[in-house]
Amino acid sequence: MEKIYSRTKGLRADVVGGFCPGCMHSTVMKLIGEVLEEMNLFERAACVLGIGCCGLHMDYMSFDNITSPHGRACAVATGIKRSSPDSLVFTYQGDGDFAAIGLGESMSAANRGENISVIFVNNGIYGMTGGQMAPTTLMGMRASTAPAGRTAKEHGYPMHMCEILNQLTAPAYIERTSCNTPQNTLKTKKAIAKAFQNQLEGKGFSMVEIVTSCPTNWGMDALGALEYINEKMLAEFPLGVIRDAREG
Amino acid sequence: MARIFMKGCEAIAESAVRAGCRFFAGYPITPQNEIPEYLSRRMPEVGGVFVQGESEIASVSMVYGAASAGCRSMTSSSSPGIALKSEGVSYCASARVPMVYANISRGGPGVGSIQPAQMDYLQATKASGNGGFEMMVFAPASVQEAADMTYKAFDYADRDRNPVLILCDGVIGTLMEPVELPEMKTSEEVAAIKNSKKPWSCIGHGSDYATRAWIQPGQWSTVTQQQENEKAAALYESWRKNDARAEEYLTEDAEVVITAYGISARVSKTVVDILRARGKKIGLIRPITVHPFPVQSFERLDYSRVKAVLDVEMAIPALMAQDVEKAVGDRAPIHTCLCSGGNIMKKERVLAAAEKLFELVK
Repeated sequence: MEKIYSRTKGLRADVVGGFCPGCMHSTVMKLIGEVLEEMNLFERAACVLGIGCCGLHMDYMSFDNITSPHGRACAVATGIKRSSPDSLVFTYQGDGDFAAIGLGESMSAANRGENISVIFVNNGIYGMTGGQMAPTTLMGMRASTAPAGRTAKEHGYPMHMCEILNQLTAPAYIERTSCNTPQNTLKTKKAIAKAFQNQLEGKGFSMVEIVTSCPTNWGMDALGALEYINEKMLAEFPLGVIRDAREG
Repeated sequence: MARIFMKGCEAIAESAVRAGCRFFAGYPITPQNEIPEYLSRRMPEVGGVFVQGESEIASVSMVYGAASAGCRSMTSSSSPGIALKSEGVSYCASARVPMVYANISRGGPGVGSIQPAQMDYLQATKASGNGGFEMMVFAPASVQEAADMTYKAFDYADRDRNPVLILCDGVIGTLMEPVELPEMKTSEEVAAIKNSKKPWSCIGHGSDYATRAWIQPGQWSTVTQQQENEKAAALYESWRKNDARAEEYLTEDAEVVITAYGISARVSKTVVDILRARGKKIGLIRPITVHPFPVQSFERLDYSRVKAVLDVEMAIPALMAQDVEKAVGDRAPIHTCLCSGGNIMKKERVLAAAEKLFELVK
């Protein structure tokens, strides 16, 4: 019988990931592993992990990685890529890492047009630390540091990183995807491949924002979290290609 | 090799290039701007990389990345900027990533003054970031020494897989002096350092978990975290035995011993010469490594002769004096001669303080 699907070599075969039920981190890293495998890039891949649940990947993935200081992933990636230009360098960051503590590093790397790829996993909350408010937390959404829910008066509004980065001239490619349906998961995989291909072609900064869930800290089951993505998250964070320099 | 006239900061920058440094990231702050400015011109000439980071924190994070990719890498700053770098330096120390950085130090605390000072001694030698790590810290007292120490710092960093700090006061950093620059490493030597000696570099090694590169600035397991701490502690202990350096100047028969580092030591040495010419038995211990602190030099003193130790620092309160007190114990009284705020130590003040000590111990 022909084997038509197998676990990507990008994930360790001997370990079961410890992410919460319904969490999409394992899905996204599986997609990354598949893309690296299909593009034959493991020998060149250097992954810069952000702080938080992102960092859990370090022991589940099978290829080179470095954990960056909280928020500094794009700066660390800059250092690796500039000194080792043949490497395929990408960051894997959550919303607190990329859009709060690392906003300066993220914006500046994008503005320099660093030839790196950013995988930005947005679930609207701080996961590992226990559900605190993030820059991407939805209006009214409760968090452990916003017990009455996010309000405009106290917290301002959710930050749209794709649209913010789209104000800059340098970035080559900006797309927002999700993993809430099989179709969207496939689109996410294509977007990751495009971000990596852009880097191989020296096109500069590419970012894929992936809208995901955090059932544990959202206080929902996995299916409820998927519905919440459909009804709430995607209303705030619409999917699509925001910038593709190749299309001019 | 001809001697050329150079500023301390520029000598540090050129020495780094000659040692094989091919990545520098930094952020503007006085009085160290000549380092990034020089390297922005120089790095492209040798196929190296210069990046002006958006902050001190980003700059040191870039260096953490470049050094993790196996490249000899450096950043620099001055006191308040060095404080910001503590995050990245701690990550390098934890992940055992070699890098070199220079603090061209100025007045403090806070934004302090832009003029030279030695207010960062405790930060440099005791806690340059969270987590109880240690670094070798070199304190040059001349432009020549600044150049030589920077060159060697990269070897120490690679030997130990640890950050190394050049603690250089703003006087040495901005002073122009003749300097003989160290030998330029060939591009083959630089490539060999990067490619063949650093199998741990995070640049892509395939998909085998056992042989991949894994730069870990922390551990999930309390067991392995403690093991890492124990390994680091053994390294730090080896420095205390093998790597502490000091200049001992006319200390054999000294009744008064001045101790000072950096520009304060240079001023103090002049005072030793003046008083020796007058027949006074005075000497100088100048820590070359302020960490590990050269305790051995204080052990070698003949305390049946030494009547007093004079700690000279451009810091108020006295900072290095804490280490001097530990090294000397109750074997001799310790006095201080201090200034701060960006005021440079005057030889007349050190001379007066030393003369007063000779009066006291008579």
